Amino acid sequence: MKSREHFRTHVYPTPFYSRSQELNRLKEWGRWADYLSPHAYFDVSMEYFAARNACAVFDLTAMTKYRITGPDALPYLDRLLTRDAAKVKPGRVGYCVWCNDAGRVIDDGTLFHLRENDYRLCSQERHLDWLMTCAFGFDVAIHEDTHEVAALAVQGPTSCAILKKMGLNGIENLKPFGINHYAYADVELTVSRTGYTGDLGYELWIDPSAAETLWDRLFDAGSEHGITPMGGDALDLVRIEAGLLLAGVDFLPADEAVRVDRTRSPYELGLGWLVDLSKPNFNGRRALIEEQRRGSRYTFVKLDIDGNKPAHQSFIFTRREKAIGHVTSAMWSPTAKANIALASLEAPHGQPGEELLVEIYYQRELKWNRVMAPCRVVKDAFFDPPRRRMTPAPDF
Amino acid sequence: MTDSNRVVIIGAGHNGLVCASYLAKAGRDVVVIEAAEQVGGAAVTTEFAPGFKVSACAHLLNLLDGPISRDLGLESLGLRMVKTDLATVALAIDGHHLSWSGSEVSGAGVSEADRTAFIEYRRRMNRFSALLGRLHNLVPPRLAAGNRSDLITSARLALDIRRLGKQDMREFLRIAGINIYDILEETFDHPLLKGALSLDGVLGTNLGPRSNNSVFAALHRMSGQVGGQQGALALPDGGMGSVADALAAAATQQGATLRVGSPVARILLDGDRVRGVELADGECVEAGIVVSNADPQTTFFKLLGARHLEAGFMRRIQHLRMRGKAAKLHLALSGLPEFTGVAPEQTGERLVIAPDLVYVEHAFDHSKYGEYSAEPILEISIPSVHDQTLAPAGQHVLSAIVQYAPYDLHGGWQTSRETFLDKIMTVLSRYAPNIREQLIHSQLLTPVDIETQFRITGGHWHHGELALDQALMLRPVPGAAQYAAPLTGLYLCGAGCHPGGGVMGSAGRNAATAVLSGE
Repeated sequence: MKSREHFRTHVYPTPFYSRSQELNRLKEWGRWADYLSPHAYFDVSMEYFAARNACAVFDLTAMTKYRITGPDALPYLDRLLTRDAAKVKPGRVGYCVWCNDAGRVIDDGTLFHLRENDYRLCSQERHLDWLMTCAFGFDVAIHEDTHEVAALAVQGPTSCAILKKMGLNGIENLKPFGINHYAYADVELTVSRTGYTGDLGYELWIDPSAAETLWDRLFDAGSEHGITPMGGDALDLVRIEAGLLLAGVDFLPADEAVRVDRTRSPYELGLGWLVDLSKPNFNGRRALIEEQRRGSRYTFVKLDIDGNKPAHQSFIFTRREKAIGHVTSAMWSPTAKANIALASLEAPHGQPGEELLVEIYYQRELKWNRVMAPCRVVKDAFFDPPRRRMTPAPDF
Repeated sequence: MTDSNRVVIIGAGHNGLVCASYLAKAGRDVVVIEAAEQVGGAAVTTEFAPGFKVSACAHLLNLLDGPISRDLGLESLGLRMVKTDLATVALAIDGHHLSWSGSEVSGAGVSEADRTAFIEYRRRMNRFSALLGRLHNLVPPRLAAGNRSDLITSARLALDIRRLGKQDMREFLRIAGINIYDILEETFDHPLLKGALSLDGVLGTNLGPRSNNSVFAALHRMSGQVGGQQGALALPDGGMGSVADALAAAATQQGATLRVGSPVARILLDGDRVRGVELADGECVEAGIVVSNADPQTTFFKLLGARHLEAGFMRRIQHLRMRGKAAKLHLALSGLPEFTGVAPEQTGERLVIAPDLVYVEHAFDHSKYGEYSAEPILEISIPSVHDQTLAPAGQHVLSAIVQYAPYDLHGGWQTSRETFLDKIMTVLSRYAPNIREQLIHSQLLTPVDIETQFRITGGHWHHGELALDQALMLRPVPGAAQYAAPLTGLYLCGAGCHPGGGVMGSAGRNAATAVLSGE
């Protein structure tokens, strides 16, 4: 990537490509940011079940990563993010969102406090311009290191056992949202107990030069624990079950919006718990205080829908058939045995227990059918196993 | 606990003093804290050579708001004009100058058609600038806020424009955003008349005659009244400092406290609201409200700190066009300069060197590339003709605004000041051949000097370019255009706000209105 000719290549293989392309029997490649990324390796369902019942490995190198350092890193992050960044201690990871001045969410992401005053911010979208804008007046350095770090998500019930077998001593004692550093083949391997699946799982961060050996050792160690590569399609299923949002799908990043009313505040995405209005200043604070006073325009909810037809992109109605919102993500959840969806509703709709209707179109042998399926607003994630929070992490 | 009745005003510029008067009048405990040793900001008279005094920055009074003068009783406090209807004399090297006052233009080679066109030009420009003038004392409306008073103000503006009548409204909407070059070319024939008139559109701006917004700049310049006459020019007795002195006297009379020689180091916060200010010597002055007469970048970046406000707002402040291109020249002269063809009694009028439109545009061209003008344009005033207190008997001071002298000159001003001064003297000598012999002392203030001396970021006398995209509800930026900064208790009252620069006072008064209505 450092070559001046970089612009001639549009899509890059990730540092794991030599391994993933061998396993990618379907050759279903997609593009994720700058990188080739498999939609699926051999079967979406099997990959999904590996994540839920054994261990699935997802190449997340393409995730946008920024390194934030300098004496003012903490005050900088405190102004950038809606949450209290001081609560993300060294060696910890925090989920976060950031807003524009109007209090609308630009993106969500994870903040890694790698070492004292040394942070990494990961997100779906790119934000260098905004991060640099926010840096004015702070003694802080911002460096995009997306291409300098190879990353794998190792997710599922057997993930801890596999990493232990790989030689990562004490990994079972790493708490959720904790970070460990390991010496590994002349480089440093950083392991965080984080993920996008809502299950026990880890993310491995390493210099690209060691990417291939890491993959090999990981798959060796996991050979008896059902380790399986997973593509983007299966990942999308597990994240919906876990109730995790995806920028550009469940909300429109505020800096990409042409129609400003299409953007959402953290409260309107069910992320009010990430907003700390007691901080004296952060981007969007004044607007969010005003929103608290006036009330939000939207709610973001989980729906449990009757039947088994996934409610992709469906309109949502009251029982009296007044349109009040739409589904942003939907699936039949094999683990929860439920027809589930994430949805944006007009406030004040969306209180847990509210009964609504979802208009579902589906096709059977090229014939379109429509059902108005009853559904309920539910509070808890559809998939939330205790092992996700257990320390030491259980062996399977 | 902060004293909620206490208001600290940072800077005793004319707007700060006006704001202080109105707030003190309303019963506030007002303290005005000025960094310099004298009040007035850029409205000051200074002695630049022994026995020679001059208005150090602004040198002609054309915008001082009438209602403010009356409200504060400035006349009874000693403010007097030595001249209220300065004519403009457009200098010509061959002595065939033109001059005008009001709607009448005279001079060699002015055709009957130009004379007639001039009457109509002044009529329209006066009408349009009066329209802008009526907005001076309004807090600009927020767009799309849905607030009642904002809607009323917007409706009033629309109605005022509509009331111009079909013809004039159409003309106003046609020309308000465009360049003065086109307007002058389509109206007049005489090159000198066009050149000299274009000066009104570019003075104190980053514009050439062909730049859009130059009509707006001209209208702004004419938007005040002196003695009820639209766009007239006046000279205060004792220079611009006497305006500041009268305003300071008014503020004191209303009960405000003035402190000079105390630079404010920073604005103090208590969580998300203002708590007071800290002075350079470490003293803290507590106040529930702080009003800043400083320019927006000084206020938000130097005094407050960018981190204390939201990033989008800060980005807008960062992107303000703040760099000045006007220099100020002061000459101490042993006698009255003799401009070729200009009678001695005319020498006290406003003298303009801008021989034609192309000359002015060329002068501007240099500045686009970080160079000073090889052939600068000048607006000259010799106030000592009317005011004997400014120079020793028989001697005179010349004050001139010289363009273009870009703030960010290539190689910096240290090495170029003398050569630019020499260029200016060369140009002046063409019109007043003996001026070099009369020269006792000279002072050239570049925008960098103006920045240092008057604490204006970029040395721009308007505290930021005055153009349609930085005017009204966009001045300085949306989010602070109603004088309240997006931080509880902090207000702006300087020329960086609507209605902009010039010794006017309206920004100060409107800020006071905003402070009083904000509670």
